[in-house]
Amino acid sequence: MIQIKDLHKKFGKNKVLDQLDLDIEGGGIFAILGPNGSGKTTLIKSILGMVVIDQGSISVLGSSVSKHWKYRKEINYLPQIANFPGNLRVRELIKMIQDLRQKSNKSEKLVQVFQLDPFLDKKLSTLSGGTKQKVNIVLTFMFDSPVLILDEPTTGLDPAALIQLKALIQQEKEQGKTILITSHILSFVEEVADEIVYLLEGKIYFRGTLSQLKKTTGQADFEHAIAAIATTPTHA
Amino acid sequence: MLKILKYSFYDLMRSRWSYVYFIFYLLLGFVLLFLNNDVSKAVITLMNIIIILVPLIATIFGVMYYYNSREFTELLLAQPLKRTSIFLGQYLGVAGSLAMSLILGLGIPFMLYGLLKSNAIWDFALLLVTGAFLTLIFTALAFNIALSNENKIKGFGYAVLLWLFLAVVYDGVFLISLIIFEEYPLDNFSLVATMLNPIDLSRTLILLKLDISALLGYTGAIFKKFFGTNLGFFVSMSILVVWTLLPVARIVHKAKRKDF
Repeated sequence: MIQIKDLHKKFGKNKVLDQLDLDIEGGGIFAILGPNGSGKTTLIKSILGMVVIDQGSISVLGSSVSKHWKYRKEINYLPQIANFPGNLRVRELIKMIQDLRQKSNKSEKLVQVFQLDPFLDKKLSTLSGGTKQKVNIVLTFMFDSPVLILDEPTTGLDPAALIQLKALIQQEKEQGKTILITSHILSFVEEVADEIVYLLEGKIYFRGTLSQLKKTTGQADFEHAIAAIATTPTHA
Repeated sequence: MLKILKYSFYDLMRSRWSYVYFIFYLLLGFVLLFLNNDVSKAVITLMNIIIILVPLIATIFGVMYYYNSREFTELLLAQPLKRTSIFLGQYLGVAGSLAMSLILGLGIPFMLYGLLKSNAIWDFALLLVTGAFLTLIFTALAFNIALSNENKIKGFGYAVLLWLFLAVVYDGVFLISLIIFEEYPLDNFSLVATMLNPIDLSRTLILLKLDISALLGYTGAIFKKFFGTNLGFFVSMSILVVWTLLPVARIVHKAKRKDF
């Protein structure tokens, strides 16, 4: 699905990704974890082609990221901060994205699930953070694509919406999709993730399942295992 | 690209500023016609205003739009769209809506006044064409500045400086150098110096067409002497096209290499 080879990225003098290799085969939920500034968002944005890579290669579904743009039809992306053009109405935004992607979609059902009906005719600048995030989720999940990339999907959601989100993610997983998630909410990661990819200083420090992680670090608790990972000298 | 153009255009058409700009030109057109009572004279007065004001508004508006639509841009970048078409679409959306405000805002009062029957119709048309070119050029320059500067304040600063330089300072420096080097042959120098500034170039172009190049003084006389009116006209037009294409090419170049 996604092959990353020898990826380098610098912002000025700041090396963010350093010789990173990652190979993700189809199906399942992959959690990309790491401390702040470890390069999670940069990695995701490189896959989407929003960040121009310095060196190395990324290919998604067989097409190279740096030369093509059509592969993005197969990716649904949920950005970290729900920033939308403020003077659009929710309904117009949904329509616009549909118009741009020209794919069948299930926005009506999702609007119902997240109870966004009363907000459809409101301008995006007047919505609260949590409601914006719900709109963000609707925009991401309304298309049927084989790859989903979710950057901090839980930000600002209330418990009811969080349950709906988890259900949505499970549904997508059952359809055999590849889902990449970054999150700092470890209980959420523990609940949904099949595999953990731990980034540290621009490199992949650990990759494996939850039980492998607990075994290598010798910790029974997921939270402690994540905290211990950086101090354990075993590289994956 | 057309879709992006459409959305940027709609977005701007709904914003208050497009209307303010449109109404301003509408009023300006009516007032000038009322005061001058003559289409040809109004065209000359209008030229002096357009030459200074259009670049200023295009620059400020271009920078403002780019910074304000960052979120929109980021949203679009994650969609299956070509980068070049996102930025060109936005650029054409801004430049297009500004040019439309200008053309409609001035066109309506002059039409009502009986432009079609007057013999100043081609002078007026040329005025609108150069106005449209200046809009395209300065919006493109503004996008260049905004693409190269993450910091809004810096971007605005550079944009205002650019306008100030091309609209005011350039002429001063040009004039001073003509005085200092008056003992040397300055024909070629002043020709090239005029072409290097789209504002000066537009002014020359309109004055050549109005056939009052004597008013312009030195540069106009040289332009007239060297090119004859027709050739001079085509040379200056093609240079305006080059002035449009170069910054647009740099937008494409920059946009392809920028991180978001």
